[in-house]
Amino acid sequence: MLSEIYQWIQGTVLSSIVGFLVPEIFQDEALLLLGIVVKIVAILVPLLLSVAYITYAERKIIGYIQCRIGPNRVGFFGYKLLGLGQPIADAVKLIFKEIIIPSGANKFLFIIAPVLSFAPSIAAWAVIPFDDVSVLADINAGLLYILALTSLAVYGVIIAGWASNSKYAFLGAIRSAAQIVSYEIAMGFALVCVLIAAGSLNLGDIIEAQSGSFLHWYWIPLLPIFIVYFISGVAETNRAPFDVAEGESEIVAGFHVEYGGMVFSIFFMAEYANMIMISVLTSIFFLGGWLSPLQGIPVLGSIPILSEPNIIWLLLKTSFFLFCFLWFRATFPRYRYDQIMRLGWKVFLPITIVWIVIISVMVVAKIPPWFN
Amino acid sequence: MTDKIRQYFQSLLLWELVKGLQLTGKYLFRRKITVQYPEEKAPMSPRFRGLHALRRYPNGEERCIACKLCEAVCPAVAITIDSEQREDGTRRTTRYDIDLTKCIFCGFCEESCPVDSIVETHVFEYHGEQRGDLLMTKQKLLANGDKHEKEIAEARAKDSLYR
Repeated sequence: MLSEIYQWIQGTVLSSIVGFLVPEIFQDEALLLLGIVVKIVAILVPLLLSVAYITYAERKIIGYIQCRIGPNRVGFFGYKLLGLGQPIADAVKLIFKEIIIPSGANKFLFIIAPVLSFAPSIAAWAVIPFDDVSVLADINAGLLYILALTSLAVYGVIIAGWASNSKYAFLGAIRSAAQIVSYEIAMGFALVCVLIAAGSLNLGDIIEAQSGSFLHWYWIPLLPIFIVYFISGVAETNRAPFDVAEGESEIVAGFHVEYGGMVFSIFFMAEYANMIMISVLTSIFFLGGWLSPLQGIPVLGSIPILSEPNIIWLLLKTSFFLFCFLWFRATFPRYRYDQIMRLGWKVFLPITIVWIVIISVMVVAKIPPWFN
Repeated sequence: MTDKIRQYFQSLLLWELVKGLQLTGKYLFRRKITVQYPEEKAPMSPRFRGLHALRRYPNGEERCIACKLCEAVCPAVAITIDSEQREDGTRRTTRYDIDLTKCIFCGFCEESCPVDSIVETHVFEYHGEQRGDLLMTKQKLLANGDKHEKEIAEARAKDSLYR
């Protein structure tokens, strides 16, 4: 579906633009370049929109769980529309706020830090496959690329904490660094399990390896890893109940105390973009990405459109995990710092290591239906 | 020993976390109790203590007899009263000021009043934009009383059973 839309755009709009503006000899290259830019825009615009609207969803869902209504006033053109204008209003407010740089701060690093935390969370989207052909960069080391970029995000936090020249920011940065590094390990090992099971580092191949039915998805053979991965993902994004890096009751707001206005909102967007990232990755690794859950079921599997692979399924699975993020935040109190460390090092790490052995045995023994 | 094993597996299977999620999940679908203020308003007791007012008798005569009990009882010293004798020999106030920036809305003035003159109305949506706007003078208080006499009388009638 997506690739057809893209090909139509390429065939009509892009080729006419290129044919009009670019000399004959460079036309192929220009078309390729323009095509990539269009793809990037097609990924980024919905991503940033969903980042904006997840803040709305968060306030709504947490409100509902607390028997409140949540934002319902700001709409468009005089209509309230359930408060759907709220994220836009928030964004406008943040854009017009002054950016205050503390006098003791390192100016260059202070400004570069939010960019450093936001850029990797966007760049990681390059290798996410949206259906069997639509992926910006179909590289073979997709999993490695993802691991590298998600680990990069911690630099933004550390630099922000250091450059602010404030003790709370610094404490938050240290906490966040320690936490992300420890959960990175559990996460890495969890991905090793996926890698062993699928036998490929390419995200598209990982999904293809899960095809069959929803029983073929890796959430069954990798069930503990699935849970470990998602919980580590929550910890990686510094979300509740692992948000000691922000810890508003102890260190005000952690690494971004000194930030305001747009610079702050970039940190905010990075956090939410990372949430979406983790949700997409979890659904790709463990719930078969774009594969339909109806596939392979006797009667339902023969329904024409519903049982076919589609980006809708990926979006639905992602939305479920995003909802879980918000649900966790509304439910659990913040972990104590030593509990976080205990969970990462003494629970998750052993589980993943044990499961690497188990999954290897399963793969070697070719246990059906996953590994035959 | 078995307890310990059970506890171990319960924590490994995230049992308590799932129970917590179940609870909050149930609350997600509960009826929402938010009162959406400007459109909806919460019910108000007849004893509600809002903006002050000075009342009049039905014949138009002001009730206040300048006994100064309210001034004496006011814990925030927000009331200032001056009085003099009128030509007909009755004692009336020449000045009756309530500084709403001092007032703590305790309702003692209302309770102490022997003639039900100073009362607190149900009005709570008011504001001042300038210095002095919240200093209620005798004219303003009487105007308040004239404006809200009906509600004031209703509230007093409802509450009279318990006085």
